[in-house]
Amino acid sequence: MDKKRIVIIGATSAIAEHCARLWAQTNLIDITLVGRDTSRIERIAKDLQVRSPQSEIHIVKTGFIEPNVIQSTADNIFASGPVDIVLIAHGTLPDQIDCQNNLSTTHDALEINGVSPALYAEAFARHMAVANLGTLAIIGSVAGDRGRKSNYVYGAAKGLITRYAQGLQHRFAGTGVKVVLIKPGPTDTPMTAHLKNQGAKLTSVESVAKNIVKAIEHGKATAYVPCKWQIIMLIIRHLPAFIFNKLNI
Amino acid sequence: MRPVSSWGRLNALPHEVISLNHPERVQNQISKHNPGIAYGMGRSYGDACLNPNGILWHTTGLDRFIQFNDNTGQLVCEAGVLLRDIQRLVIPRGWILPVTPGTQLITVGGAIANDVHGKNHHVLGSFGDHVKHIRLLRTDGQIIECGPTLQPDWFAATVGGLGLTGVMVEVEIQLKRVHGPWLNTETIPYDNLNEFFKLADESEAGWEHTVSWVDCLTEGGGRGIFMRGNPGKTAQYNKLDGRKLTMPIVPPFSLVNTLSLRAFNTTYFNLMKWRAGTAITHYEKFFYPLDNILEWNRMYGPKGFYQYQCVIPREVGQDGVQSMLAEISKSGNGSFLTVLKTFGNRHATGMMSFPQHGVTLALDFPNQGTSTLKLFERLDIIVRETGGRIYLAKDARMLRDMFETGYPRLQEFLKYRDPGISSGLSKRLMGF
Ligand SMILES: Cc1cc2nc3c(=O)[nH]c(=O)nc-3n(C[C@H](O)[C@H](O)[C@H](O)COP(=O)(O)OP(=O)(O)OC[C@H]3O[C@@H](n4cnc5c(N)ncnc54)[C@H](O)[C@@H]3O)c2cc1C
Ligand SMILES: NC(=O)c1ccc[n+]([C@@H]2O[C@H](COP(=O)([O-])OP(=O)(O)OC[C@H]3O[C@@H](n4cnc5c(N)ncnc54)[C@H](OP(=O)(O)O)[C@@H]3O)[C@@H](O)[C@H]2O)c1
Repeated sequence: MDKKRIVIIGATSAIAEHCARLWAQTNLIDITLVGRDTSRIERIAKDLQVRSPQSEIHIVKTGFIEPNVIQSTADNIFASGPVDIVLIAHGTLPDQIDCQNNLSTTHDALEINGVSPALYAEAFARHMAVANLGTLAIIGSVAGDRGRKSNYVYGAAKGLITRYAQGLQHRFAGTGVKVVLIKPGPTDTPMTAHLKNQGAKLTSVESVAKNIVKAIEHGKATAYVPCKWQIIMLIIRHLPAFIFNKLNI
Repeated sequence: MRPVSSWGRLNALPHEVISLNHPERVQNQISKHNPGIAYGMGRSYGDACLNPNGILWHTTGLDRFIQFNDNTGQLVCEAGVLLRDIQRLVIPRGWILPVTPGTQLITVGGAIANDVHGKNHHVLGSFGDHVKHIRLLRTDGQIIECGPTLQPDWFAATVGGLGLTGVMVEVEIQLKRVHGPWLNTETIPYDNLNEFFKLADESEAGWEHTVSWVDCLTEGGGRGIFMRGNPGKTAQYNKLDGRKLTMPIVPPFSLVNTLSLRAFNTTYFNLMKWRAGTAITHYEKFFYPLDNILEWNRMYGPKGFYQYQCVIPREVGQDGVQSMLAEISKSGNGSFLTVLKTFGNRHATGMMSFPQHGVTLALDFPNQGTSTLKLFERLDIIVRETGGRIYLAKDARMLRDMFETGYPRLQEFLKYRDPGISSGLSKRLMGF
């Protein structure tokens, strides 16, 4: 049986890791875990290997900022053949107030949450176009649907991903390549640990991952996870400014 | 700070929660933020895993497998891995956890720190008997590697050590061979304690797992259902239907009262009597009957509930249990699920391990304030007179002298405590 070939950019993300566990549990896979810290990626690689001894697991340590590093990372991965699924998952939730007080914090947040995933998507899109095959999934966020005072720096970067994915979907319409945009709601991962201490209600990472894996399997264009966020964000997007501006969100 | 409860839901006091996600960062986290206590799945009923107004180190982010040898059954994993995930990984590959408690929704670290027991104590002892190695981090920066032969004193202090000797980050467990997920089981109703003990004794030789449920409400007490099981020979691996029920809300009052209990106990007794006989049962049904009702602890309402679990020596077992059941029946408090089972004659691995040769009784009571506590005091007298002890994983109220007489190796244990670690339980029973 041919192994499904999967690549995860930002493989140490809790959401991505739980997707990888689900894939390893149900299929024989050939998975490449891409991250910035070897020891962290290795820890996950070992875990997946225990869960699925017959699967092949590769790790790649690379950069997330430099365009030529991003391109060569994608080139190297495709050098050994086409890929069935690429999941771009990295991101970080900056402190909004810090961003307002310090432009370089804002710059870094926009770069890692917006520009970097877009460049990775573009780098892989080139190869997937040639192969005319595969699913390119990118994790955006419900925060990208409308700018809010509590996190518009992060939201703007995620908004960039929304437009980028839209453009790619247009470009690949009618081809063998599918582009899936994933918009999680608040999820219980290390990224949101501080929110949990403030009493926020978070969805379990297992159930978010389950929905993402399903959306990727079906090649869904946009997947809110869990799906209730589709309705909530529909309302939020359409609230008139005179109401919206009074909300403390 | 956010409110945190244990399984008994007796309170929800504020805690500063720190998530441990990366083994290499744990050392730094616990030496910077202490005194604290490790919190796994919070399936302990009392205050062993709590530290009100203080720090909790959440361990469920330490949930990676590290190595599994299909030929020898040796598993190395991080301490926050759930027993459920181990069972699901290894049973299809011909291995199983040798010892497992009545829920699989607990962490390996929690299983070791309470040295938990299952239905097969008379054959395989407790969880700690199958642990080969522990990596323990101390708040002063020390790393302790211990096992049954490597620094065995540290090992004996940490198994059953209530998280007070350090934070376990990595462990190695020896699994046991199994054909598949099925057990051959038998259910036998009994009418009194005499019959229970006869069944328990006669099952010791031929059955790996034994447990029973006893109805403590009928006059005279002592009727019940005895269940026993052996690993089956069928290899076919089926996943059980994953449907789960959840207790959706916390009702404003306890749904468990004398009336509902009497009805439940009688119905359950008759149902099981009707179902008596042999069967082939899936391990999840046999070992973890309550895991299918998620958050069933909510049915006790906002005041929560206590579990009282004690063990008393075998020689005085029958009279002791009889007197406890009589006390309960007299008090008008009833227990929903009362578990009665025997422990084998085995040496305990941990200095503070609970199991000892004898019979253990576990009762759940809705929290009705003083009347519940008064009943416990009367039960304590019986336990103490017979030379027994109370299980710390379940306890939220025992007094210090009861603890000290029940756990004779306490002084020896205290030498291994980490001064940067304290819990609700350690403050209540050990002074800090
Ligand atoms: C429905 C149900 C059935 C049960 N049946 C049984 C049974 O049959 N037999 C039995 O023995 N018990 C039984 N229990 C009790 C349960 O097995 C124990 O309380 C167990 O310790 C809970 O594990 P946890 O992961 O939830 O740990 P917690 O309850 O969160 O913590 C328990 C202790 O472990 C310590 N700890 C946790 N992780 C670490 C770590 N990494 N390093 C150091 N210390 C750590 C904590 O500090 C605490 O002292 C049952 C509980 C329930 C709810
Ligand atoms: N959790 C939520 O509530 C939520 C909601 C909506 C969307 N999302 C999105 O979901 C994705 C996954 O997040 P998560 O919740 O799984 O968070 P997570 O567990 O904290 O993972 C974050 C990931 O991003 C990587 N990363 C962070 N900063 C980086 C940087 N500067 N350079 C390179 N890599 C960096 C991390 O790598 P290291 O391990 O090396 O640090 C890690 O792989 C993110 O895109 C996030 O924006 C999350």
